[in-house]
Amino acid sequence: MDAPAPGHRSISLGDAENWLALGTGALLLVIGASRRSPFGACLAVSSAPLLYRGITGRWPTLASGSLQPDRTESALGGGRGVHVRESVRLDVPVADVYRFWRRLDNLPRFMTHLDRVTETPGGNSHWVAAGPAGLAVEWEAEVINEIQDKLLAWRSLPGSDVVTAGSVNFDVVRGGRSTQVSVHLQYAPPAGRAGALVASLFGRAPSQTVREDLRRFKQLLEAGEIPRAAAVA
Amino acid sequence: MRAVCWEGKGKIQVETVPDPVILNPRDAIIKVTATAICGSDLHLYNGYIPTMQKGDVLGHEFMGEVVDVGKDNHRLKVGDRVVVPFTIACGHCYFCKEQLWSLCDNSNPNAWMAEKLYGYSGSGLFGYSHMYGGYPGGQAEYSRVPFADIGPLKVPDNLTDEQVLFLSDIFPTGYMAADNCQITPGDTVAVWGCGPVGQFAIKSAYLLGAERVIAIDRFPERLALASSQGGAETLNYEDVDVLDALRQMTGGQGPDACIDAVGLEAHGTTLDAWYDRAKTSMYLATDRPHALRQAISACRKGGTVSIPGVYGGWLDKFPLGAAFAKGLTLKMGQTHMHKYMPILLERIERGEIDPSFIITHRIGLEDAPEMYRTFRDKDDSCIKVVMKPGAPAFTDDGHT
Repeated sequence: MDAPAPGHRSISLGDAENWLALGTGALLLVIGASRRSPFGACLAVSSAPLLYRGITGRWPTLASGSLQPDRTESALGGGRGVHVRESVRLDVPVADVYRFWRRLDNLPRFMTHLDRVTETPGGNSHWVAAGPAGLAVEWEAEVINEIQDKLLAWRSLPGSDVVTAGSVNFDVVRGGRSTQVSVHLQYAPPAGRAGALVASLFGRAPSQTVREDLRRFKQLLEAGEIPRAAAVA
Repeated sequence: MRAVCWEGKGKIQVETVPDPVILNPRDAIIKVTATAICGSDLHLYNGYIPTMQKGDVLGHEFMGEVVDVGKDNHRLKVGDRVVVPFTIACGHCYFCKEQLWSLCDNSNPNAWMAEKLYGYSGSGLFGYSHMYGGYPGGQAEYSRVPFADIGPLKVPDNLTDEQVLFLSDIFPTGYMAADNCQITPGDTVAVWGCGPVGQFAIKSAYLLGAERVIAIDRFPERLALASSQGGAETLNYEDVDVLDALRQMTGGQGPDACIDAVGLEAHGTTLDAWYDRAKTSMYLATDRPHALRQAISACRKGGTVSIPGVYGGWLDKFPLGAAFAKGLTLKMGQTHMHKYMPILLERIERGEIDPSFIITHRIGLEDAPEMYRTFRDKDDSCIKVVMKPGAPAFTDDGHT
């Protein structure tokens, strides 16, 4: 299922590297296979990427590959990309929760990495985030699925700085009293410029980043403000 | 302004720090007229509570006059006289609506820290470590109160500061400890620890219908107060075998409910207490749960053990087998302040209780470092210290 994306970075830099990889891989395979033990099996298996490199001249590509095509479908289709799933429960009616989230310009109020989101006349949205070294990272997104009070899904459009897609489910829980918001966020893994940019936005622990975003979302909707203990957050 | 600051284990200093300002729409700023040192402040003083930082302003028992309010605070106005609950609650989350105020979902900005340690976070607290929000406390001239349209309780002018100050923590804490015992008429309640919370637990147990209250401590002046003010029978654990005495006093059945108003720094004379001391001194254990072990052993079958005393970590040699074998109910946690404050103010107004009976020392803010030491060492028969930020520094006749 790898994207057919041969680029200059995936082409071997020299025959010497190929031979080295092939040699090391073969050695591991022989040593591993000759030991009839779990450790040996591991060794043998570990030879696979080296052998692949030696034979094909490039490293095997897992997930979406070493180059990011900027089409969301091809970059993030199937099980590819980094997945973050987090959910939060609010004691607020689902209609209010949905309405707040659907106004996308509200998102930077609780997603700290976002500078602004503006809805464009064509029905898409323009996202601006603070990237590494103060550089703005921008992307266009389109809503690809929307069921009022139930579901909202979007993906980035070609030509964006980043490749990302996501969905939010709004579920009525606790007998109608509470609303559970479940976020599924996907982005290209940290390889290539696009992936590195997104990775920097979500930090080294993307789940925790999203969890804190959702915590602020809940605080805003339930308490009307985000608690602060000091003037500088 | 001047404020009492934590500067490390065993080190308290009064420092000049920036005045608090309104940060959020529901805030209020209080000019503190009275504040107290809590027994749980000693856990900070003694370095038992993690995530304290140098310069943190201490104090979670305080009251005063409103001097500023945020734009969305429509309940308080400048000049109101209020008592501030030590737990901070938003008033709108599931937990607040269920009256579980000290478990508020939205008041701890550092909830992730508590989640790492405990799975989920309780509410933010004033002046009680960064894990509980890092909010500056009330042992200061001024204090910022978040969600001030929900927490602070307005108090009538005919009651003095000293009569209502303890609505900020220890009176509701002692009361909830007794309330958690589900007392029915005729019950006997045993209370470990005759510090301020223990004293209020004793009084509250009687208010809630207990027939007998037995108080356990080792300091004669605390036992004397439990007897004279609380009307409790007393046991000095240095003189008697507590388990045997309780068994004899209850006809071999055990107290119907046991309250551990001691917490994680218990002292004791039995082998397990020395074991705890040795282990915690070598950083091999976090808590010294001697009082809790004894309460569980002492409690009658099917009884309740109520724990207002603070615990922080992983308890060693916890007799869960005894609790299971006897079908005990264990109830614990930070006090659901907002639930209890109004009904306890009514009890004070009706004259059923005057909480000022526990005060032994009245000082100015500048005397805090010395008085933390005195309170920790229980010197000078110290039971409860009240500070008046406007008052002059300590003099010998400042005592009562």
